[in-house]
Amino acid sequence: MTSEVAPITDAAAVALFERLNREAGQAGYHLNSDQEFVLGLMRGLLTNRERYGYLACPCRLASGVREKDLDIICPCDYRDPDLAEYGGCYCALYVSAAVLQGRQHLESIPERRPSAAEREIKEVGQHAPPLGEALPFPVYRCPVCGYLCAMNTPPLVCPICKADRDRFVRFF
Amino acid sequence: MLYGLSTCGWCGMTRDLLESLDVKFSYLYVDKVGPDEQEQVIKEIERFNPKLSFPTLVIGNDHVIVGFKEADIRKALA
Repeated sequence: MTSEVAPITDAAAVALFERLNREAGQAGYHLNSDQEFVLGLMRGLLTNRERYGYLACPCRLASGVREKDLDIICPCDYRDPDLAEYGGCYCALYVSAAVLQGRQHLESIPERRPSAAEREIKEVGQHAPPLGEALPFPVYRCPVCGYLCAMNTPPLVCPICKADRDRFVRFF
Repeated sequence: MLYGLSTCGWCGMTRDLLESLDVKFSYLYVDKVGPDEQEQVIKEIERFNPKLSFPTLVIGNDHVIVGFKEADIRKALA
């Protein structure tokens, strides 16, 4: 057994919930309305932050190496496609308006994240060289929400979904 | 055998369901085992579920249910 991290307090779980709920609302997303379930996920996220130093998805096995886990830092790269296809993210933390209003039933969904071997191949492709010299600025893409910015460097935090700068990938 | 993560909501719901069904089962929280043991456990799970996703429930030797599929679990254990 690994040494276990200090237990997460209710106050810390509620504080994280309030932050994520506020940011979700500002960006047009919704958190699951099942308060007890969501607070459990907040404890999971905070446990992972204690363990690894970042908010790794509580429903996936993180490697503990940030570079390898960038795609599963919450909100993960797979949230938006899962919301579109199933009405919820993999953890059921984020849900669609249809699920929130009871018009769509949410259940455990398939894992969209590629297997470890497939991920290694993809990483090479993600850093494809720019297409040419035509653009005056490089374009960076947020892998969480698709936000694009034409700047010499990506922002510290995605202004739309709050993903950290190191998750941005060069798009053009 | 239930392979889960201690931090995961669906894993907790699966465990609660199995407890409510009054069946005998073992469970392992893969995020709580040490790094050396974890490597072994991962190989074990990948034989049943190459995606290494959680919860992975193995009933008997080869009946595998991935995810909290309440109806499937109830049916398999009925």
